[in-house]
Amino acid sequence: MNLEEYKGVYVFAQQVDNVLNSIAFELIGKGKDLAEALGAEVTAVLVGSDVKNLADELAEYGADKVIVVDDPELKEYRTEPYAHALASVIKEFKPEIFLVGATAIGRDLGPRVSARIHTGLTADCTQLEIGDFPINPIPGKEQKHNQLLMTRPAFGGNTIATIACPDFRPQMATVRPGVMQKRAKVAGAKANVIEFNPGFTPDNKYVEILKVVKAVSDTVDIMDAKILVSGGRGVGSAENFKILDDLAAVLGATVSCSRAVVDAGWKPKDLQVGQTGKTVRPNVYFAIGISGAIQHLAGMEESDIIIAINKDESAPIFDVADYGIVGDLNKIVPALTEKLKAELAAK
Amino acid sequence: MKIVVCIKQVPDTKGGVKFNPDGTLDRAAMMTIMNPDDKAGLEAALRLKDQYGAEVTVITMGLPKAEDVLREAMAMGADKGILVTDRVLGGADTWATSQTLAGAIRNLEYDLIITGRQAIDGDTAQVGPQISEHLGIPVISYAQKIEIDGDSVIVERQYDDRYHVLKAKMPCLITALAELNAPRYMTPGGIFDACDAEITVWGRANLVDVEDSNLGLKGSPTQIAKASDKVRKGQGEKINKDVTESVDYIVDKLKVRHVI
Repeated sequence: MNLEEYKGVYVFAQQVDNVLNSIAFELIGKGKDLAEALGAEVTAVLVGSDVKNLADELAEYGADKVIVVDDPELKEYRTEPYAHALASVIKEFKPEIFLVGATAIGRDLGPRVSARIHTGLTADCTQLEIGDFPINPIPGKEQKHNQLLMTRPAFGGNTIATIACPDFRPQMATVRPGVMQKRAKVAGAKANVIEFNPGFTPDNKYVEILKVVKAVSDTVDIMDAKILVSGGRGVGSAENFKILDDLAAVLGATVSCSRAVVDAGWKPKDLQVGQTGKTVRPNVYFAIGISGAIQHLAGMEESDIIIAINKDESAPIFDVADYGIVGDLNKIVPALTEKLKAELAAK
Repeated sequence: MKIVVCIKQVPDTKGGVKFNPDGTLDRAAMMTIMNPDDKAGLEAALRLKDQYGAEVTVITMGLPKAEDVLREAMAMGADKGILVTDRVLGGADTWATSQTLAGAIRNLEYDLIITGRQAIDGDTAQVGPQISEHLGIPVISYAQKIEIDGDSVIVERQYDDRYHVLKAKMPCLITALAELNAPRYMTPGGIFDACDAEITVWGRANLVDVEDSNLGLKGSPTQIAKASDKVRKGQGEKINKDVTESVDYIVDKLKVRHVI
């Protein structure tokens, strides 16, 4: 493999039902940082059926080029035709770096593609940077420059590891949604589109979709919320989440929760923050009655401002909170809601 | 019907993780368990066996002590156990691991291969789909329900906001979610039989159609640059005051940080 032939940062622009997923813009944003360090461009790879109209939106978030693979076989996500699309793009265009969101789609697609083209894939990355490998020179071993260094949590968030892929291209990573920052949108930007269709011939690996069943949900995705009011076991009951709802209403915030709350049946799983739930990084995260198990911290510790209210002074949540309040949430939360109402009314 | 289930012995991370002085994981000090998603995959296989009749073979790659996890699976009802172990397989990343398991599975007849979605030590979710790629068969990940329909499987495949009902011709590989089912317990008779059962042990020589250059640490495209204990964000301020003062404190901070 001639590594020099591989150029540019490519990102998989995931869409479902012809709506781009936020991860596409997050990957472009991170891709721009990496591309700037390498003196390269960011190319978004858009795969689907009748999706070409989405290309400009990718340009608005910073994609220098958009490769569109458009075919009726790609209408709904299926592993094989999507893997064929990405593997064909990689063989044709030879990217140096290829990023995929660590979504329920990306975590299926990434491994299949990396196995097809024989390269490494680092899962669920939370940090990406360009640097040397080995990080510090080792006598007798070549130190390669401009490598993608991919950092990820492992062992349930107890350790972090930084991984490199020095001898294969592209360097591939799946990236946790909600972790990388989007660039500011440049309204009206037009995409530089390259259309590419490698041909899709169904074989034994094409599965048949018998039915698509969408979950009915009218709540805001907690990953998109600017302010989260999050409750844990300490809230005490499903009914008592009312005091969190009231606080959230005053602040225009969204209510989320810890795993204990989901396990107790007080809230649905799509509101769960943490290792087995969602990773969030709102401007403000209220942790109310949440002790702060390591798996929970893994999903929220990147929030800009963390405010914790807990009666247990030694709760681990206080180790990551910017502002910790030791006290009774049943008294503090309603009083806080009233005070905020008065403050906002006075404005 | 013949079903192969891939299982992994993993450190139990629930009780926290212990480290050696040099920062590497102290595996010897930690309890080991059958990976939860794999156990759900095994249970799914055993239910298909109960319902349709099947021979269930469990296979694991690991150190010789990983034999324990095969015996546990056999005590639950698996028919055969295969341990793939060899010094040259050590240090494998997901590429090299999936090459190894695919090379072992090529010795077997199978209609279905079931793996867990992901292991709790690495959390990569890569090995199942990669095995299917090496074997040239379809993969259905994140299965929340599995049924057999003639020569096909019908699977509910979970996504973030929906599920797809998918139909694939066998042979096919399925990755199972821990939510799929509640795994059965070992039976006393099963434990008794499993203690005496013969475990097949395979090494490098038994792997079919795999190059040396795709095995172990040397065959792994990804390499660890550094590993460390998680560095937490430093603790901020903490107050312990009455309700009014606590509320004033929060409102003041929200103002200072321009939230309100």
